[in-house]
Amino acid sequence: MIEGIIISTLVRGGVYALLASGFSLIFGMAHIINLAHTAFFMLAGYGMFYFMGELGLGIAPAIAITVPAVTLSGILAYRFLINPIREHLASVLLMTVALAMAFQELLLQAFGAHYRTAPALIPGVTEILGIRVQNQHLLTLGVVAVVILIVWLVLTKTKLGIAIRATAQDAEIANLMGISVPRTLLIATGIATALAAVAGILVSPLWLIYPQMWMAPLMMVMVIVVLGGLGSIKGSFIGAFIIALVETLVVFLVPGGSYLQVAFALLAMVIVLVVRPGGLFGIVFEEERL
Amino acid sequence: MLRRLLKDFRWGLLPVPGRLIAVIFFVALFIFPLITNVPYYLSIIIFCNIFVIFAVSWDLLSGYSGQVNFGHALFFGVGAYGSALLYKYLGWQPWATIPLGVLAAVLAGVVTAFPALRLRGPYLSLLTMAFPLMLLGLVFAFTNVSGGEYGIGGLPRLAATPIGEYYIILIVMTVSVLIMWKLTDAGSRYIRTGLIFHAIREDEIAARATGINTIRYKLLAFVIGGFFCGLAGALYSHYTRVAGPSTLLMTMSFQAIIWVIFGGIVSIYGAVVGVYTLYPLVEILRGIIPGYRFFIMSVIVIVILLFMPQGIAVWIRDKIERECPRCKLTNAAWRRECRACSASLH
Repeated sequence: MIEGIIISTLVRGGVYALLASGFSLIFGMAHIINLAHTAFFMLAGYGMFYFMGELGLGIAPAIAITVPAVTLSGILAYRFLINPIREHLASVLLMTVALAMAFQELLLQAFGAHYRTAPALIPGVTEILGIRVQNQHLLTLGVVAVVILIVWLVLTKTKLGIAIRATAQDAEIANLMGISVPRTLLIATGIATALAAVAGILVSPLWLIYPQMWMAPLMMVMVIVVLGGLGSIKGSFIGAFIIALVETLVVFLVPGGSYLQVAFALLAMVIVLVVRPGGLFGIVFEEERL
Repeated sequence: MLRRLLKDFRWGLLPVPGRLIAVIFFVALFIFPLITNVPYYLSIIIFCNIFVIFAVSWDLLSGYSGQVNFGHALFFGVGAYGSALLYKYLGWQPWATIPLGVLAAVLAGVVTAFPALRLRGPYLSLLTMAFPLMLLGLVFAFTNVSGGEYGIGGLPRLAATPIGEYYIILIVMTVSVLIMWKLTDAGSRYIRTGLIFHAIREDEIAARATGINTIRYKLLAFVIGGFFCGLAGALYSHYTRVAGPSTLLMTMSFQAIIWVIFGGIVSIYGAVVGVYTLYPLVEILRGIIPGYRFFIMSVIVIVILLFMPQGIAVWIRDKIERECPRCKLTNAAWRRECRACSASLH
């Protein structure tokens, strides 16, 4: 059971980490609570299901179509729907909800309300230290590790990453330093959506795909991001694994746990917030302290 | 008294198109059953009225006091489940269960407020989002008490006939909206809460510096929001005669956000317009193309937001009303001079 808990926590935590870091990136840069973030994740899941399950394409072409398509739709949505009303924060919030609902209803009409899964990306099992692990889980862990490493390197080592972090800290000063803020925002949105797309591809053979599948992860992502501190990418990585551990422990150990896993994860968030109102790694500005 | 009313009507109501429309709207609602008594149309209006209370209470809490609540369904569900449980275990009638359900929702508001008072901005939104979902987990975990998936059914009706129910809910809605409108009216001479809520939303530190106990007023906002939202929930459970888990879903909380922001946040009439536009729209679409009704609704919301980012009611108000630059009196937009001080409006 211990190995089950560990593997489940790592896989779940990895997927949450990809989703939460994208959410956190958008929030940190543009101060948008993007409720449509997991809708793109769902879109990628459906993309894999459609291209691999229905059309029978191989893994490589399916991924090669899904990731750019989802990323492009995220960038277009940001550019043409969110950007024009950026100064009205409440309207942006509603816009993201409406967008997510539009995707949900469109997928409901296109594929019906059935529970589906995509075929496994790599089938089979491997034995590590006497524990049988599905290759699919190993692949998920590997991809998550690589993607997290790439995001880390991009954010810390490249000029683009410095521009992104500078814009997140202070958009006006970043603008004065010659960084094109709108372009940086657009690129950051693209990165965040691409992360969501990768997460969607990874879970497509593991989790059920259905038109409401964006809601539960969205909630968890928000919990994680708040737990780790809004806008802090490090916080969202660590928060993702904490929440995944809590969820897995509740499912494995508490009777009737699958109903209560959300409640316990939320309880963990409430406790963290009551103890540390800025999250674990959140930045509390001096002027906001009361 | 009568002369005063007549004076108000002549000088306060007729020259301001927004107020005139509001009064005509409420009069139309009161005479609606005389025109048609098709139960389907009545039920649409009844649901609209219940959701108006729900949406306006969200607007009061989130729009006016600035504590954006992502879990408003908590109060709705507590009101619904509270009154349903009282009926199930004690067999009480609606006139007793609804006030107690409302009281339970107020308590839920206070409980939510205690951790929420320490937080602000997005943190507060996401914390409040947690509570209805935690309660939902409990509802599914203890199915013998809550009825689980099916909820608690067989609640007594509010009145014997649909028309009776219509008038009860309409009167409750009118009174609640009037009370909430007065409580949030920043220009009121007697009730200061509206002004204080505005002050807290705009700048909490400045509000504190002027001697306002902001904690007390933020708590008050939660209590008022919980009160009216619980009322809506209790009415909803007695009208549909079942209190189910759907009252606690995240969709329900988002529903309030959609209606209010679509109509125009921080305006009571915005919430009313939002509900009365979107809810009947979905019902009409159900008759035409049932499969795509929510898709079309969300596309309409997206398009309207692109052109009227402040909300549809605020956009219309700005088209038909103009504030006098000198004496701040509201005028019809087609007047050239202010009706009181005859300053030029252009």
